[in-house]
Amino acid sequence: MTTLSEKKFATAAFDRARWTPLLELSVHEVFDIMLSTQLCPYQSAVAASEGEFTALVGLAGSLCGVLSIRCADQSARIMAGKMLDIPPEEVDNNSWDALGEIANMIAGNFKGKLSGVGNHCMLSVPTIIVGTDYEARSITGGNIIEAVFDFEKRPFWVTLELHE
Amino acid sequence: MSQIRALIVDDSSVMRKIVERSLRQAGLDLSSVREAGNGAEALGILDANPVDLILSDINMPVMDGLEFVRQLQTVEKLRGIPVVMITTEGSESNVVQALSLGAKGYIRKPFTPDQVKEHVLPVLGL
Repeated sequence: MTTLSEKKFATAAFDRARWTPLLELSVHEVFDIMLSTQLCPYQSAVAASEGEFTALVGLAGSLCGVLSIRCADQSARIMAGKMLDIPPEEVDNNSWDALGEIANMIAGNFKGKLSGVGNHCMLSVPTIIVGTDYEARSITGGNIIEAVFDFEKRPFWVTLELHE
Repeated sequence: MSQIRALIVDDSSVMRKIVERSLRQAGLDLSSVREAGNGAEALGILDANPVDLILSDINMPVMDGLEFVRQLQTVEKLRGIPVVMITTEGSESNVVQALSLGAKGYIRKPFTPDQVKEHVLPVLGL
C-alpha cells in the first residue's frame, strides 16, 4: 500500500470562493444519486440542538482537515431509509452507518472535483458522534466552509475545516 | 443469464445492501450474495465459498481493498475471480494501482444502478 509519506505533494491553497460551490455541488450530487433527493438551502434559523448525529471524515495530504455532516436523529433515519429503500421506522443502527457513508461520499466527491488535489489526498474511515453535549475545538486556523441544507424540513449541516 | 455468486466487500453495511440491490437492478441473477466488512474477512469467506464476482471498496479498516486485491493474486484458485472496485477514493493513483494489481474495473461513489451495470456486466462477459 502506498502511504502519504511515500508521496510528494503540495498542500492546496484554500480558495473559499471556488470551493464553496464545489462542496455544495458535491452534496447535491450525493443526495440526488444515492437518496433521490433534491436539497435546497435551509432558510430558517437553526439551533445546534437539532443536530444530534455527526459524522466526521478526516482528510490528509494536499487537503488536511475534517469534513463533518450533522443532522437530527430522525433525519439520519430518513436518509438511511431512502438509501436502503425501507421505511425510516425500520432503520436501526443503519442510520449511523448511512450518515458515515454519506460523509465519506461527499468528501470523496468534493476532493475529486479539485483538479490535481484528489490524487494526493486520502480519507479516513468515518467517525460517528451521537449527542450534542460536546465541544469541538478546531486547529485548522479558520479555513471553514459551512453550508446548511433543508432535508425533509430539517437542517442538515455540512462543514469543511481545513488547515492552513 | 447464468446465476452469479457475488461477494461484496465494504465496511458499510448500508453500502453493501445498495450494491446488492444495484446488481439485481442491473439484471444479474444472483444465486448467492456474501458480505464482508474488510479484505481480511473477505479472504476468510473465499477460503470456503467460491464466487464468480467480487465488488470491493478501497478505504476499509483492517485490510483495505488494494491489499485485498494484491492478496487475491497470490492464491491460485482466487486469481481469476473478476474484481470491480467501488470507492470514493476515485483518485487516479488509486485506480491505476487497483487495476495494476488485478482489478478489472472501478465504480466511483456516488453511483447509479446504470453505472453498476455498465461496469460489471463486461467483466463477466455479459
